[in-house]
Amino acid sequence: MMRPAKGSVVRLGVLGLAVALLPQMVSGQIGIQGETVHPVSGPAITNGVVLVAPDGRIEAVGPASQITIPEGYRVLSGAVVTPGLVDARSVVGLAGHLNVPHDQDQMDLSQAIQPQLRALDGYNARELLIDWVRKHGTTTLHTGHAPGPLVSGQTMIVKTRGDRMAEALVDSVTMVAMTLGPQATGISERPPESRPGAVALLRQELVKAQEYVRDRTDEDGAGPSRDLGLEILGRVLAREIRALITAQQTTEILAALRLQREFGFDMVLDGAAEAHLLVDEIQEAGVPVILHPTLVRYAGPLENGTYETARILRDAGIPVTIQSGYEPYVPKTRVVLFEAAPLVAHGLTFEETLALVTLDAARILGVDDRVGSLEVGKDGDVVIFDGDPFEYASRVCGVVIEGEVVSEECH
Amino acid sequence: MTPWRVVRTVATALIAPSLLLTDGTEGQAQERPQAFQGAEIIPIAGPAIPSGTMVIHQGRIVAVGSVDQVDVPPNAVTHDVSGKVIMPGLVDTHSHIGGLDWGTDSPLSGSIRILDVLDVRDDGIPRARAGGITTANIMPGSGQLMSGQTAYVKLRDGRRVEDLLFCDDPLTDVCGGMKMANGTNPLRPQPPFPQSRAQSAALVRQRFQAAVEYRDRIRQGSEGDDRNPSRDLELEAMVEVLEGDRIVHHHTHRHDDVLTVLRLQEEFGFRLVLQHVSDAWIVAEEIAESGFPASIILVDAPGGKLEAAENHFRSGAYLEEAGATVGFHTDDWITDSRYFLRQGGLAVRAGMSREGALYGLTMAGAIMMDLEDRIGSLEPGKDADFIVLSGDPLSVYTRVEATWIDGEQLFDLDDPRDRAYAVGGFKLLPRTTGELRNREGGR
Repeated sequence: MMRPAKGSVVRLGVLGLAVALLPQMVSGQIGIQGETVHPVSGPAITNGVVLVAPDGRIEAVGPASQITIPEGYRVLSGAVVTPGLVDARSVVGLAGHLNVPHDQDQMDLSQAIQPQLRALDGYNARELLIDWVRKHGTTTLHTGHAPGPLVSGQTMIVKTRGDRMAEALVDSVTMVAMTLGPQATGISERPPESRPGAVALLRQELVKAQEYVRDRTDEDGAGPSRDLGLEILGRVLAREIRALITAQQTTEILAALRLQREFGFDMVLDGAAEAHLLVDEIQEAGVPVILHPTLVRYAGPLENGTYETARILRDAGIPVTIQSGYEPYVPKTRVVLFEAAPLVAHGLTFEETLALVTLDAARILGVDDRVGSLEVGKDGDVVIFDGDPFEYASRVCGVVIEGEVVSEECH
Repeated sequence: MTPWRVVRTVATALIAPSLLLTDGTEGQAQERPQAFQGAEIIPIAGPAIPSGTMVIHQGRIVAVGSVDQVDVPPNAVTHDVSGKVIMPGLVDTHSHIGGLDWGTDSPLSGSIRILDVLDVRDDGIPRARAGGITTANIMPGSGQLMSGQTAYVKLRDGRRVEDLLFCDDPLTDVCGGMKMANGTNPLRPQPPFPQSRAQSAALVRQRFQAAVEYRDRIRQGSEGDDRNPSRDLELEAMVEVLEGDRIVHHHTHRHDDVLTVLRLQEEFGFRLVLQHVSDAWIVAEEIAESGFPASIILVDAPGGKLEAAENHFRSGAYLEEAGATVGFHTDDWITDSRYFLRQGGLAVRAGMSREGALYGLTMAGAIMMDLEDRIGSLEPGKDADFIVLSGDPLSVYTRVEATWIDGEQLFDLDDPRDRAYAVGGFKLLPRTTGELRNREGGR
């Protein structure tokens, strides 16, 4: 499977924003001591230390007996230290907490198919919900357009830091969000009006994109003029960007796999409430799953979802993570820490659950070269807890992003 | 108030045990005492018992105490529950399970009874039992200033809503509270609905005034004056509110809306439970001073609606510190009944005492429904409603393993069907023809 290109700054440049605008927000020089340090990439370390260098990257991880915190380094400490949590699917930043038109940019119903909508054009880095998920441990966020419209728009990856989008950005065009099933029908006055109608409409658009790409590259220059939507779908077909297909029920999951087989794009299954009924098919297709939030409302297309699906998929060797997802009402967002927690009571071990929302999520998003584990050379994204991270009553008492302390009080 | 406050003695209010739901086998089981031995018992009415025994008989608790203090009757069926934790069945003070349907053309519809639409075969009931809930206050919604009469139900298996009610007969008894709401939910652009908070308060005050006058005319009538008004079902229910027989469960979020509710209470003197109370942490002192309890819900992020923008986990801790009685609710589907214990865990996360959180999930809810003589704690004479947990009630690692109601086990994590309610996928289970017919017949 093709991963997104590393170093998204380059991609941002392609989109016409000056790379030079990106400020150097490095502070670093932090030593983090934990009674238990979970690097995730390796076994837990008792009385461990994580050092974050002046460039914001991790320079050392190991037992306190072997690592001396250099003079001048700021020292933070706590009971349990983990990598920053990676939320594999959110709309936060485009969606705000007030839930009024002023702060809701995650879903545009004007057309059924609009892959040209960039996530970065709707991202409010100062949104309170970003602060909320950050102080509960989320440091990397895959956010963007919500499930709903057939093709709702693009997604991107940010760090939960900075006052402006550009300071937060990790990857500007990560996936194109699509939705199959009852969610995608009848939500506006435009088609599709039925589930097969949705699939037909999407197939027709992908065929159009195939032809668009073919004609645009026609060397005599007689091709069609530039179309932002078809261009993005063309990049999906060229396997530069992945399709993020929200499909909850078996019919929709199978339709998504069928589309993938027909058009040959790379795909991530989103939601997938009935994935536990299609383990073999998903495994055979080699498709990763970003499972619905654990504490989601199990109603409508999600009525057959279970608390054990993450464990079932993981046991089958399917790359899987979970998400905070999209909430239209109360709570306006979920928190990936809280969504991971119940899994420890449903067949996953502590270590597996932690990996699910750190390294596994980073791998599925294609950013595991930078985040997801505490390893030398990776971004200094670290969370400090006052107890078992998943216990209801434990609190997040420190969050560090690329060496910057972004939260210090206990939440 | 301390969590371990002394509750009224049970002797005064007991009614006959409910045996109408038991078949022959269960009836036999109910005839013999049952003893649960070796668990940590959290009676709520007193400190936790590290290794305890609880004896139940005919749907009631007979004895609770440490293993070496409680005599187990020789004919008792014994259950070894060592390593487990036993606590009272959870009390959800605000739920919408039961396949409900409500809403009228009027902003004030106190004659609506939720029991008239409550589907006892709704999946929400076994789902709630899987979360350890044994009693719920099932309510209509908050889209009206007064949306109707709530139902206090025991989550038994039943054929009719009457099988689940605490009251004897809905034709003669008060079987629940009165749901009211203020803030933005009851506002609508079209009259007779209010378009502002001031209009909301004015409409409610005017209607309460009508209820006061209706009551006074009836009182005069009963004193021989032949001027009884014609029967008005809405005002009749409001008279029950004025008389203190029917408790108002008032949806309210913003701090000033909370104070408006307290002001209305002061004017008309009804009994009150504040529900949701997103801004409780801001007006905790005022709530405590009023003496009325607050049932809170802790949701995973602030916002989602403007008046919940300040919702915070800390409400439980602030209310507790101010001295208010604090309970919790699921507002199912806002939060899932299977994760009701999590409400207490999140409250502790933000500083509430562990004892206060456990009390809030049980006894405080019982008080809010006038049911403290029957449920909410493990004490001799009370209903045998309890849950068996794999560990600490406020730990995410803990599973509800069994839920007992009136001395009958109605959830067993080891039973495949019950397990599907606990972990999900219950609609995928094959149903018997009878079950299908029952369900479809009810639709």
